[in-house]
Amino acid sequence: MRVAEHLNEALHALLDADPSVHVLGEDIADPYGGAFKITKGLSSKHGSRVISTPLSEGGIVGVGAGLALAGDRAIVEIMFGDFAALAFDQLLNFASKSTTMYGRRVPIPLVVRCPTGGRRGYGPTHSQSLQKHFIGIPGLDLYELSPFHDAHALLATMFARQNPCVLFEDKVLYTRRVCREGVVDDLFRFELTGGWARVYADGDVPPDCVIIAPGGLTDRCLEAMRDLLMEDEITCELLVPERLYPLDPAPVMPILRGVRTVCVAEDGSAGGTWGAEVARLLHPELWASLSGPIRLVSAADSIIPTAAHLEREVLVQADTIRKAVLA
Amino acid sequence: MIGAIVERVRALTPVADADLERMLRIRHFERALLRLFERGQLNGTTHTCLGQEHVPVAVSGLLDPDDYVFSNHRGHGHFLARHDEPHALLAEIMGRQGAVCNGVGGSQHVYHGRFLSTGVQGESLPVAVGVALRLKRVTPGRLACAYVGDGTWGEGSVYEALNMAQLWRAPLLVVVEHNGIAQSTPTGAQMSGSIAGRAAAFGVRHHRIDSVDVNVIRHELAPLVAAVRSESRPAVAEIRVHRAGPHSKGDDTRTPEELREAAEGDWLPAYADSFPEQFARLDEEQRAFIGRVVDDVLIRPASDWERP
Repeated sequence: MRVAEHLNEALHALLDADPSVHVLGEDIADPYGGAFKITKGLSSKHGSRVISTPLSEGGIVGVGAGLALAGDRAIVEIMFGDFAALAFDQLLNFASKSTTMYGRRVPIPLVVRCPTGGRRGYGPTHSQSLQKHFIGIPGLDLYELSPFHDAHALLATMFARQNPCVLFEDKVLYTRRVCREGVVDDLFRFELTGGWARVYADGDVPPDCVIIAPGGLTDRCLEAMRDLLMEDEITCELLVPERLYPLDPAPVMPILRGVRTVCVAEDGSAGGTWGAEVARLLHPELWASLSGPIRLVSAADSIIPTAAHLEREVLVQADTIRKAVLA
Repeated sequence: MIGAIVERVRALTPVADADLERMLRIRHFERALLRLFERGQLNGTTHTCLGQEHVPVAVSGLLDPDDYVFSNHRGHGHFLARHDEPHALLAEIMGRQGAVCNGVGGSQHVYHGRFLSTGVQGESLPVAVGVALRLKRVTPGRLACAYVGDGTWGEGSVYEALNMAQLWRAPLLVVVEHNGIAQSTPTGAQMSGSIAGRAAAFGVRHHRIDSVDVNVIRHELAPLVAAVRSESRPAVAEIRVHRAGPHSKGDDTRTPEELREAAEGDWLPAYADSFPEQFARLDEEQRAFIGRVVDDVLIRPASDWERP
């Protein structure tokens, strides 16, 4: 099953299970079913709880927050994550703040879904990975879809905290197969531990390097890990958190302790990155055991060009990660 | 202009003690805040609703306890007309024990029962649409009422919200306190067209009220509010008011002529002239009552907040 179908199935199940769940977004109703078809079939089955909206990202995130404030649960799809910029006020100044600024805990069960990332030739305003711009907002939790984490469980986790969440969903990842029962491919296995996926090569060899990355980087990390193993004889493990912020490294600290090289890869542009936040958390814990500072891989300090050959130069490739590990 | 005001004053209808009492309670509360600021006993900033107290008093008479109310930066009157809890509001503004939000939200961020205020212009309207949609589904006949100013109409969120409210038939009542000035900028310098025209563009019902008479405002609002409830559709009520005080504390840059006009448009002297005995009695009661509120809150210890 592809990640897109899996997420669609999880949304169906959530709407089936909970009559308070509402899904809003631009062009999400059938027969169109959303720009990436993640909401396909939802409106046919769940009618008025699945609402195709005007082109009003700020407005619909506000409506979602209002539904959540009054007792419903809301999922808002931003057609391209880039447009979440238009909803920044609602996320920063209303939804996240309302959870605490009234002097008591106010639940705002709201999930804002953001199809994210490039490698599809959509150009500078339809290809970005904006995770870093939402880091560090009190009361706002950031999650990212991966091929390892079950989407049903992920949605349940996000709503359980009663905080507004942004869910980043890599657009190329939509087309990839989900990984189940611990199997990634012929070479790699995975296990889930405390919200993290740990991907490792079969065998009982301690890794030379740990790569930490959001789910959207999975395919490129795996390719880099394969090349590093086959051609450079370097063993890597990959750690993929479901929640990017606030990040809880505790479940993977046993894996990280003792590793000489840690590399963080992400698709956002350079500067003020998620990786810098990960390094900030890990350096005090790992300083003594690391051979050098945590290596940060991100897209270039650049807009994302449209032409495929130009886009490739800017975004993170498997080889970018491999070179960072070898450096 | 002045002739028209005098005409309105003459036309005031007899006012119920309860309404005039609440209007004066809010007025004395706001005056007390400005005095506390002058004496250095208040921290931060505040926006008083001097001259606009009668609007929430008129509106609140038409609201149901299950309705939601969304307020803005100038929201003390909205709160006190809805919840007669001046101690809790003053404690909130002063960061004292008994504060309605433990002193975290302060003057512009209050959430109590179904009353919620936020400090960013226009931000509450889409939220109010979301709340209204739930009310329509769960408790038909209840509405979300959102107070905004004329300046708020510069925000795009207002139009996104009006569009969705009309499209999806949300029971949303937008009350515009049109005081003719956005902080320091006259409406004529910040708004093209009109609020009526903007509402009409979305097919949203609009009604403008020019009176300062609390009975007249309530009487004219009543059918509009009833329609919001029964037909489940939004409406915009635009009420002409005069901001008799500064935007915030001492930041009034209006000319003496403009200030005189604002003072003459204030409901308070009109009621004082029309109903001198009733006014004097209630005014004295409320002055004394708010004085006691201030004394009580001033000696309270600081509020506690357990940061999550």
